[in-house]
Amino acid sequence: MQVPTAFQYEKATSVEHALELLVKYGPESRVVAGGHSLLPMMKLRLAQPEALIDINDLDELSRIRVDGDELAIGAMVRHAELLSSAVVGEHFPILRDAERVIADPIVRNRGTAGGSLCQADPSEDLSAAFCALRANLVTRGREGSRTIAVREFFMGPYETALREAELLVEIRVPIRSHASAYQKVERRAGDWAVAAAGAVLEMSGGVITEAGVGLTAVGAPQFVAERAEAFLRGGPPEDERFVEAGRIAGQDCNPAADQRGPVDYKRHLAGELTTRALRVAATRAMGQEA
Amino acid sequence: MTATEERPVGFGRMTRKEDARFVRGHGTYVDDVQLPGMLHAAILRSSYAHARITSVDTSAAEAHPKVKAVITGQTLAGLKLAWMPTISYDTQAVLATDKVRFQGQEVAFVVAEDRYAARDALALIDVEYEPLPPVIDARRALDRDAPVIRDDKENQTDNHIFDWSAGDKARTDEVFANADVVVAQDMLYPRVHPAPLETCGTVADMDPITGKLTVWSTTQAPHAHRTLYAMVAGIPEHKIRIISPDIGGGFGNKVGIYPGYVCAVVGSIVTGKPVKWMEDRSENLMSTSFARDYHMRGEIASTTDGKILGVRVNVIADHGAFNATAQPTGFPAGFFSVFTGSYDLDAAYCSVTGVYTNKAPGGVAYACSFRVTEAAYLVERMVDRLAAELAMDPAQLRMRNLLRPEQFPYQAKTGWEYDSGDYPRALRLAMDLAHYDDLRREQAAKRAQFQETGSGELMGIGISFFTEAVGAGPRKHMDILGLGMADGAELRVHPTGKAVLRISVQTQGQGHETTFAQIVAEELGIPPDDIDVVHGDTDQTPFGLGTYGSRSTPVSGAAAAMVARKVRDRAKIVAAAMLEVSQDDLEWEKGRWFVRGDPDSGKTMTEIALAAHSNLELPDGVEGHLDATCVYNPPNLTYPFGAYICVVDVDPGTGQVKVRRFVAVDDCGIRINPMIVEGQIHGGLADGVGMALMQVIAFDEDGNCLGGSFMDYLLPTSMECPSWELGETVTPSPHHPIGAKGVGESATVGSPAAVVNAVVDALTPYGVRHVDMPLTPAAVWRAIQGRPLRTDLAIT
Amino acid sequence: MQITVTVNGEQYVRDVEPRLLLVHFLRDELRLTGTHWGCDTSNCGVCVVWLDGTPVKSCTVLAVMADGHEVRTVEGLANGAELDPVQQGFIACHGLQCGFCTPAMMMTARWLLDRNPDPSERDIRVAISGQVCRCTGYENIVRSIRWAAEHGGGAHPAETEPAREEVRA
Repeated sequence: MQVPTAFQYEKATSVEHALELLVKYGPESRVVAGGHSLLPMMKLRLAQPEALIDINDLDELSRIRVDGDELAIGAMVRHAELLSSAVVGEHFPILRDAERVIADPIVRNRGTAGGSLCQADPSEDLSAAFCALRANLVTRGREGSRTIAVREFFMGPYETALREAELLVEIRVPIRSHASAYQKVERRAGDWAVAAAGAVLEMSGGVITEAGVGLTAVGAPQFVAERAEAFLRGGPPEDERFVEAGRIAGQDCNPAADQRGPVDYKRHLAGELTTRALRVAATRAMGQEA
Repeated sequence: MTATEERPVGFGRMTRKEDARFVRGHGTYVDDVQLPGMLHAAILRSSYAHARITSVDTSAAEAHPKVKAVITGQTLAGLKLAWMPTISYDTQAVLATDKVRFQGQEVAFVVAEDRYAARDALALIDVEYEPLPPVIDARRALDRDAPVIRDDKENQTDNHIFDWSAGDKARTDEVFANADVVVAQDMLYPRVHPAPLETCGTVADMDPITGKLTVWSTTQAPHAHRTLYAMVAGIPEHKIRIISPDIGGGFGNKVGIYPGYVCAVVGSIVTGKPVKWMEDRSENLMSTSFARDYHMRGEIASTTDGKILGVRVNVIADHGAFNATAQPTGFPAGFFSVFTGSYDLDAAYCSVTGVYTNKAPGGVAYACSFRVTEAAYLVERMVDRLAAELAMDPAQLRMRNLLRPEQFPYQAKTGWEYDSGDYPRALRLAMDLAHYDDLRREQAAKRAQFQETGSGELMGIGISFFTEAVGAGPRKHMDILGLGMADGAELRVHPTGKAVLRISVQTQGQGHETTFAQIVAEELGIPPDDIDVVHGDTDQTPFGLGTYGSRSTPVSGAAAAMVARKVRDRAKIVAAAMLEVSQDDLEWEKGRWFVRGDPDSGKTMTEIALAAHSNLELPDGVEGHLDATCVYNPPNLTYPFGAYICVVDVDPGTGQVKVRRFVAVDDCGIRINPMIVEGQIHGGLADGVGMALMQVIAFDEDGNCLGGSFMDYLLPTSMECPSWELGETVTPSPHHPIGAKGVGESATVGSPAAVVNAVVDALTPYGVRHVDMPLTPAAVWRAIQGRPLRTDLAIT
Repeated sequence: MQITVTVNGEQYVRDVEPRLLLVHFLRDELRLTGTHWGCDTSNCGVCVVWLDGTPVKSCTVLAVMADGHEVRTVEGLANGAELDPVQQGFIACHGLQCGFCTPAMMMTARWLLDRNPDPSERDIRVAISGQVCRCTGYENIVRSIRWAAEHGGGAHPAETEPAREEVRA
């Protein structure tokens, strides 16, 4: 079995303590949460951090709560907790849809929402879902706290706007009257997405007032299809428009060929799944309105 | 003797004796073996597919405080062990000396105090390579300008390994020339890997004082391994003991001898300590026995009304960098010539060309029954291709051409003698279980709806009918490296009537400890729970070639029955002496000899066993005790068969395939333990779904393996597998002592074609006639677009 | 570093390297070899154990992460000589062949039944979808877990935690 290279290990007892440790061990240290992205990379020796700061015991980051008109999801909330949360399911079906198809139930018991975002894997479902939802990310650093729009968080594959010795502590999603859905094609249960799309629709008086379209694994800038969103905004929730939004999304993404599929297929999927996610979201919206 | 419904004395459903330890977590697999002072090893592997080694510097690794030895190709060359013979009369590098010939090839072997340190030391070995152009595409391997991979071999000036053919070419050509209809199809059975969940590994322990080598190894063929170690390493065979403990799945992956095993033995000799080496998953997928990799062109000829006349096949067989395919001598393409399948043909011919490529060696593994898998796939795809061409229902076309019961024993056009079968009955049963006509009606309705609305899912129904040839094999025709494929059995009945059966084959999950006890129980009337089955230890069991190719029941199972009959005959002599009657007056009922016409006078096996060990006077020349040995040399293979029907739903918008139903009717003759037979079939069906839909080891143009982890090499989960629907017919093998046939690989052989046929059937509205495995969403979608993917290469 | 881990109710104190994987800690340090490993990438799931009452893949957890926590393995499934209904079910329904994935499958099954004493076939398939079996085609594993549910294998009073909301994935 493959094993990681040697490293130093510290268990953080509080967010402050974690930040101190990050400063102490410097840029070659890594925070480990669920570890389900980082540890496999360390075993394959694609990552060789000198120190790991374990934040698994930080219960303060493990809560899901409604805070005013926002849902606040602690960075250490496990995928399984997000999936089973009634409040998440009620307000954000897109997250429930996505969580059902993220990895597998056992991995979801350990992997965390914050860890998924910080890994910034181009195939990460939650990145697209939270981008479609226009979530905000709350971080803590030595200089205090800051809030980053999730759409400004991803700087590229495996790169985020997090600074040195800065920790993602919370994901905040505005609770509005909206409908949402997530559609994914995978080669097999538990596989990373070939492509996936998330849709969020805010509607008023038969018109889409705001739209979010998130795309996974197809090289969409910031995991979103902005032109498709703009196209949908202000128009009726009609099927032809969903098809056209899908077409735009397919055009605007930049997939790379791999064993999951060639470029033309992934581009097609980006469009097809966008359209399908919009349809499901709209259907859910009707259900809500009815 | 007390038979209960749960514990039959003989054949029948019965829970397994081996489960008690497994459910408690008390199995003993190779990596569970821990010996005092044991060291751990790791292998440095080539990152290149083809490169010349210019230098290997191990000094930094040797300086690691926990490293005990670093072995390189040069070290082994000094011991004349740098190369070893393969099972196919080729040679394979144990550790590379001159060149590396596939990505993942073994270059150096580190022995250290613990497994973490051994891994760390690999990074300290500095190997300089001079990269060479690789040969990746088997179809280009024989090009004039292709680099020569095996320049280590004298007189090898190209990448050609063998040409082999079967059948009557002239007659077949004539049939094709005169046929009304000829359909041709190129198809690839891609490279796959058996991927048992336990990887391969070994613990080698050379006792420096006694000179005895004990090897715990993940092997399906411990006796053959012992003989090969003796031949390769020059260790006297009586000083070698191979133990194959609990094995976490084999599927053919654990037939061969891998370089790591040999290195572990050398490591133990060098250090004087036991050495454990276990592959990681990438090593398993990238270096040990792959399967298939057959590039086939099939042709089928028929009359306009669907009488199949002939099948013709040409194959390019990719054998990787060393020809290590595990086949009986004289069968370089295994039993591929059984590609005539289950049909009554006028003529058939195949030609197979084996080539070297810069890929891992192997070539036969993965529950394939010596390439019957490729054969069954080929013919079943061709029959469906023909059905589409003739616009005939594929079930009807098969029914029309299947061999009839009265034609058995049937001499196939490529030389096989099918022992028994009732094919139409099996197909009819499968169609009944599936409600075939209803399915076709449902499909027609859905198709009409799809054509009307342009949306929705496409339903497909796929049939496959297979005939296997398993139980290798008659010594006269079949050997592996000169070792005849017969198997031994020894039976001892203790004075109290309990018994120990020692067999040459062993379980990797097939349940031998239960079924072999049931065979003896059936013959002697001793409860299976009173019979211990010893296997997997060459010091404790008779010689035999091991468990693969579905041969345990056909060969070793027969040996178990025959040795039990010997004991029964001996018991008769003892009983006659006990009852003071002539042997001729005795009759047998299960568990007991009694006096004909006086059923109350008799002796049970328990009574006879005690008497056999007592001072009872026996006739002159008759030894005491009830022990016996036997070697079984099968007169023929057994020919299990089956009819499979698969129902799929395809989403044309995404290319996703959902297997909705799978009906499998198997005929493997007499079923010793139906519960276990069904389990074997379930597993094979999942394999078929996996191969058809997701499993493939592809390579990019530089020879990088694209299936080197379970993130990339996908195995089916509970979500892709439907609830299997099984049916059975029983046509006993006429030549097997208990009428049984092998079944371990039947479903793996038969199921892939059913899935592919179903998907192609679903795609009929798009005019699709064939899609190469695996039918990933991308491959299906591209087939719909009329631009099929080449699934064995990197997708670009 | 020194860690204290409670495994199957017994406390173990060991000095380990931080990089030691939990699966190796259990197998090599504690000699609890019922837990297996089968891949390097947390895909195959033969290494599943419970960490603080939740199934995790122990090849992707560091032993030091379990410091001060509780682990349950297959060796802690039976109640002395009395097999857990899940173990009985796997025997009764031929839910295992080579036995390599079995301990992990049973640990997940036990967890599922503790939360959902009457799971549907679909529930069971979802619950074990992160764990590969190469032998059984899953059919008899599903049946084994159903068997356990039907033979007193539902929630174990001693093990049951308060039901969570929406336990079915």
